[in-house]
Amino acid sequence: MNDNRSVKEKNLELKPSPEKVKIAAFLCKWCSYAGADLAGGSRKKYPPNVIVIRTSCSARTNPLFVWKSLEKGLDGVLVSGCHPGECHYSEGNYHTRRNFAVFRKLLEYIGIEPERFHMSWVSAAEGDKWAQVVKEVVKTVESAGPNTYFSKKKEDNA
Amino acid sequence: MARIGVFVCHCGTNISATVDVKKVAEIAKGFPGVKFATDYRYMCSEPGQDLIQKMVKEHNLTRIVVAACSPSLHEKTFRTCTQNAGLNPYFFEMANIREQCSWVHDDREEATLKAIDIVKLATAKVGKNNPLQTTFIPVEKKVLIIGGGISGIQAAIDVAFNGFKAVIVEREPSIGGRMAMFDKTFPTLDCAACILTPKMVEVNQSDLIKLYTYSEVEEVSGYVGNFKVKIRRKARLVDENKCNGCGTCWQRCPVRLPSEFDMNLGKRKAIYVPFPQAVPNVPVIDQKHCLYINKKKCGICKKVCPFEAIDYEQEDEVIEEQFGAIIVATGFTMFDHSIYGEYGYGKYKNVTTGLHFERMLNSSGPTGGKIVRPSDGKEAKKVVFIQCVGSRDEARGMPYCSRLCCMYTAKQALLLKEHNPEAEAYVFYIDIRAAGKNYEEFVERVQDEYGATYLRGRVSKIFQRNGRLMVRGCDTLSGTQIEIDADLVVLATALIARPDAIKLAQMLHIPYDQNRLFTEAHPKLAPVETVTTGVFLTGACQSPKDIPDTVATASAASVKACGLLSHEKLPIDPQIARVDVEICSGCLACKEVCPFGAIEKEEIVDRVTQQKRWVAKVAPSLCNGCGACNTACRPGAIDLDGFTEEQIFGQIESLTADKGNER
Ligand SMILES: Cc1cc2nc3c(=O)[nH]c(=O)nc-3n(C[C@H](O)[C@H](O)[C@H](O)COP(=O)(O)OP(=O)(O)OC[C@H]3O[C@@H](n4cnc5c(N)ncnc54)[C@H](O)[C@@H]3O)c2cc1C
Ligand code: SF4
Repeated sequence: MNDNRSVKEKNLELKPSPEKVKIAAFLCKWCSYAGADLAGGSRKKYPPNVIVIRTSCSARTNPLFVWKSLEKGLDGVLVSGCHPGECHYSEGNYHTRRNFAVFRKLLEYIGIEPERFHMSWVSAAEGDKWAQVVKEVVKTVESAGPNTYFSKKKEDNA
Repeated sequence: MARIGVFVCHCGTNISATVDVKKVAEIAKGFPGVKFATDYRYMCSEPGQDLIQKMVKEHNLTRIVVAACSPSLHEKTFRTCTQNAGLNPYFFEMANIREQCSWVHDDREEATLKAIDIVKLATAKVGKNNPLQTTFIPVEKKVLIIGGGISGIQAAIDVAFNGFKAVIVEREPSIGGRMAMFDKTFPTLDCAACILTPKMVEVNQSDLIKLYTYSEVEEVSGYVGNFKVKIRRKARLVDENKCNGCGTCWQRCPVRLPSEFDMNLGKRKAIYVPFPQAVPNVPVIDQKHCLYINKKKCGICKKVCPFEAIDYEQEDEVIEEQFGAIIVATGFTMFDHSIYGEYGYGKYKNVTTGLHFERMLNSSGPTGGKIVRPSDGKEAKKVVFIQCVGSRDEARGMPYCSRLCCMYTAKQALLLKEHNPEAEAYVFYIDIRAAGKNYEEFVERVQDEYGATYLRGRVSKIFQRNGRLMVRGCDTLSGTQIEIDADLVVLATALIARPDAIKLAQMLHIPYDQNRLFTEAHPKLAPVETVTTGVFLTGACQSPKDIPDTVATASAASVKACGLLSHEKLPIDPQIARVDVEICSGCLACKEVCPFGAIEKEEIVDRVTQQKRWVAKVAPSLCNGCGACNTACRPGAIDLDGFTEEQIFGQIESLTADKGNER
């Protein structure tokens, strides 16, 4: 073990910077999660802002999870599954698509920036695409900045 | 209250080079419920697993989190380890800090912060895991093989050799695939029919193998151990049980049509077998062109058939069978090179492809083994072969190397010289890729012993001058422009996925890559498996393969399939849906969205009102655990073990503990 590193380790501050956006990604375990694994296997680099929550199927991702994530102050949410027609469970992602089409309208209606919510279809063979999706999502969420919608609401009410 | 133990893996330096694993363990100690946390060099090693078991005892741990690689790699390992430590195997969660963290980030601090979040998610989830018991389902001891080329044939023979039943579903009237079209095969030059026909006959005669030719798979449902498959048996208009293949019908049929099997270089009849060694040796009637079917005229075949086997009334039949495992062996098709306008395909009759050439070489083929110019049937003496047509060309063709065109071109050049020692063979190539046993030697021999001229360079244009085909290209080794007046041009076109590959992949729920080739579960460690348990791949449907590789993957896939079938019962994932009847209002919105028909209506007596009412009920053997029902359920009465609402909300809360409202 070289000394350099242990010095650096000691000096790790580990203070998340307040400007850094944090994004939750709900990935189905069959396609998108495996695609993200493949990106790792092929050492595709992408920004570290996205934290993955593994689900069985994108259809398992209840729109309420997205709502909760934003309400709790996460800056963005990504839902990703198999390509339509390739769902491991035949038709799960058709439900996902429908559920979130409605949900997106709701977000619009209450005035949450559309930049905060994303959906993608990434297959188990698309490591490159996953890295690309993350880059784009992070960039878009950054353009919207930190999510203060709900904290502002709270202040207004107080 | 759960007592959680966190074990952070270095994975050698795979994780620790980018993630400060000690820091992760140290901080994890402060997460709710965590009673113990440490780091270790290789958690999956025996000492690593022993460490978990020891710490469970020492610290009275009730839940385990291992922060290491992807759950797809080691979830099973650590579940077993958790069980061996005396805990329910589902009291375990994996935090993926390798594939989704250390391997994709460079900045040590950022990666460490992310790893901490990932571990936080896992600890938030594991505390709320329910104890689950694995249940078992019986296994249908029969393998479905889709495609009857050499890969499907070999797979069926191996399955039968292992004592299990196999069914081959082949779209064409006969099994055999592409290999049946060839004359001889590289690098040993054995005659294709001599090595293929005995295998086809073996398949036909085996008591354990059933053949559905002229048939297609129409629908697949179910799962490993119990796939339910609908197969369409297209109407042959010939009774397979009565026909003995005498051939009287096709000799007498008056309709002559181009033969697909002969690449349209020869003719077939409206009632035909594609080639003489066809298995089964039973003709089909081409309904599009049969005079009786279309005009109620002729009917000769029926009149002359000594066995009364012709049945114009026969209709398609859809049968349903159950299978324990499925092997996909649908092979490849050839790249359509008409996009390369400079090669003049379609414009010049004498510009052909490797498959056309194979048919010409074949002594039972349309030219009786003579190499001729399709334009006038005269012998072709000067033949130019062009390699890499549509391969290694991202812009206009496929980005990949088709792997065998170098070899079959060399074979074809050799056979040309064998058929006619006077003939001249020119081969334009980019590189020679002959990486197989005795392959390099073979290509050398073609040049040294048979005198084929190899030219390194691209062909820029094929055109006609004074009634002769002119091939203009460059030889980059000598740096000269070359023009050859050729009798015949043979394009070594790329091997590509079949046009209906995506449809089949969707039916089987297996992934495919950007080139529509089916994707294996792991490129190195699971080369014939797919991510759908019980579905295996073999042959050229996965990537261009020559016959030795095809046969090897066929045997591998059948061993894997037989391995599954050798179990009386298979465990099924207990992470399935569960209804809370107290909350369920009986609206059955869940039933609407369930893709597996796993939700039934059940009558219960309400605990409070003592009245009868309807609720939803999950059939565990049918539920696959997708969770679509959870999202559909308005009162939140149906939940998914392994991914419960409480767990996922808990994960979200844990992620946002330092975020949000306070900001
Ligand atoms: C010109 C040429 C020359 C070659 N020469 C040699 C050689 O000398 N030596 C060598 O080792 N290799 C050679 N090869 C490679 C060889 O052709 C392949 O290795 C081999 O054919 C692969 O076998 P397969 O069973 O995977 O595919 P295929 O031969 O393509 O067979 C697939 C079968 O599945 C059927 N099918 C497809 N889709 C469906 C469906 N949806 N439902 C039901 N059935 C379906 C098809 O009808 C076909 O019968 C050559 C290839 C070419 C193009
Ligand atoms: S009916 Fe006529 S065309 Fe049709 S198969 Fe019989 S002989 Fe041939």
